[in-house]
Amino acid sequence: MIMENNESNMVTIHVMGKSHEVPGDLTIMKAMEYAGHQFRRGSGCRGGYCGACATIYRTKGSYKLLGALACQKMVEDDMYIAQIPFSPAEKKSYDINDLRADANAFMVHYPEISRCLSCNTCTKACPQDIMVMDYVQAALRGDVSEAAKLSFDCISCGLCAIRCPAEIVPYNIAQLARRLYSKYVDGPAEHVLEKLKEVEEGKFDAEIAELQSLDREALKERYETREKRL
Amino acid sequence: MRLPYYPGCTLKTDAQNFETSTLEAAKTLDIELVELPRWNCCGTVHALAKDDVIHYLAPIRNLIRVDEMIANGEIEDGKLVTQCVMCWNTIKRANTAALEDPDKMEKIRGIMEKEPEYSGKVEVLHFLELLKEKGWETITGAVKLPLEGLKVAPYYGCLLLRPREFALDDPDNPRIIEDLLEALGAEVVDLAYKSKCCGAYHAVHMKEVSAELSHKILSQANEMGADMVVTACPLCEFNLGKRQHEIKKLHPEFSSIPVVYYTQLMALAFGLNEEATAFEENTPDPRPLLAEKGLIMER
Repeated sequence: MIMENNESNMVTIHVMGKSHEVPGDLTIMKAMEYAGHQFRRGSGCRGGYCGACATIYRTKGSYKLLGALACQKMVEDDMYIAQIPFSPAEKKSYDINDLRADANAFMVHYPEISRCLSCNTCTKACPQDIMVMDYVQAALRGDVSEAAKLSFDCISCGLCAIRCPAEIVPYNIAQLARRLYSKYVDGPAEHVLEKLKEVEEGKFDAEIAELQSLDREALKERYETREKRL
Repeated sequence: MRLPYYPGCTLKTDAQNFETSTLEAAKTLDIELVELPRWNCCGTVHALAKDDVIHYLAPIRNLIRVDEMIANGEIEDGKLVTQCVMCWNTIKRANTAALEDPDKMEKIRGIMEKEPEYSGKVEVLHFLELLKEKGWETITGAVKLPLEGLKVAPYYGCLLLRPREFALDDPDNPRIIEDLLEALGAEVVDLAYKSKCCGAYHAVHMKEVSAELSHKILSQANEMGADMVVTACPLCEFNLGKRQHEIKKLHPEFSSIPVVYYTQLMALAFGLNEEATAFEENTPDPRPLLAEKGLIMER
């Protein structure tokens, strides 16, 4: 919700070259909407989870190009903003069953990973404060567990990829690492297997059949009282 | 005479008189200087002046991790031990460059920004140096199975000895692996080719270059009656050992010879188990020969 305009709290932001006066207590995303922008792309969950609103910005008097999620970062006075709603990246298809949890899996599908200079630019670019360079390095030495663990909070916003001088797409590495980890290191979750078995054995068939027989009103009532019944 | 001419930025801006006089003087001498089409920046001398700061970030950051261990009270000595010769060579050289060149260190700091500053106090040691520091008598004292009758040819390759100022031993006649092998009770075979190139990364795209160079080294070891070759470098081990089938393709008469890491012979002499010696990962397999010498059990 936008508060009553308080002139002392107004800041100037520059969105793709055009200046706007906006309240200083808004996120970049809300400030852009306040200024009249409508998001068709580059906006998703608005809660810092989906990674759709990658944004680059610079503040006055600084040469530094910084990155942030528009839904998380608060505006600052004289912020120069541009959105990067989509970062084009080559994504390889692979059958996880044909891979092994080792360095080779990364080298074969993303050979550019070996060009990593350890410059740490990716880590600095990450709005999630992930140690990106460290997980790329872990993948390079075949430490799938470490790569999966370090990259767990990645939301694939793409800011690391557009800053990497070696043109690595770290979030693709992260995704492969986590897939390898769940397939070969962690293994299948026992409780899921058990539940699947119960489904196959028909444990829930009667309940499902009952739900299918109910009319809209009865379903609505069931839904609204679901927590009481639990 | 018509020649392409590269002016560069300064002759176009602050030294225009330099360019005019040059072109005029050339004309007098019947030299026609044609400005190079689409010329771009020469790269400036910095490009060639060891100003490659970006490549220092990785090794320096590793040294910062040592600082952190000291700060956390995990270790006392500011030493970092490495085993792979490439890592040792790179980190040691980066360390020296950082200590001797404050300008470079300043630039590294600038690029690393918020990362911790390197103290400059870490000493980079190769594992071989650590062994030498311990003393060869100490090594001999730990031997349970002296490698008697085993003729071993040390092979140093390049990175332990080059560039000269970083060599871990006399670059022309190193002794450190020889001393270690003698401490283990082995008989040393001194190869003239012990620091000649194994072909290094030519193994990737010009297999035959590596195969020819490795063939020379291994043939000498064979001629001098060595039972095996030891190395301290994973790339040498790959070229000399795992790629012997490439040598056979070029030289069918070549007889294969095991190549192992010096640490594997240490583990063997210290009486450690098969998990520690891990000879099953070597190609060619050194175990038949070691069994023949009575150093391991027949399988």
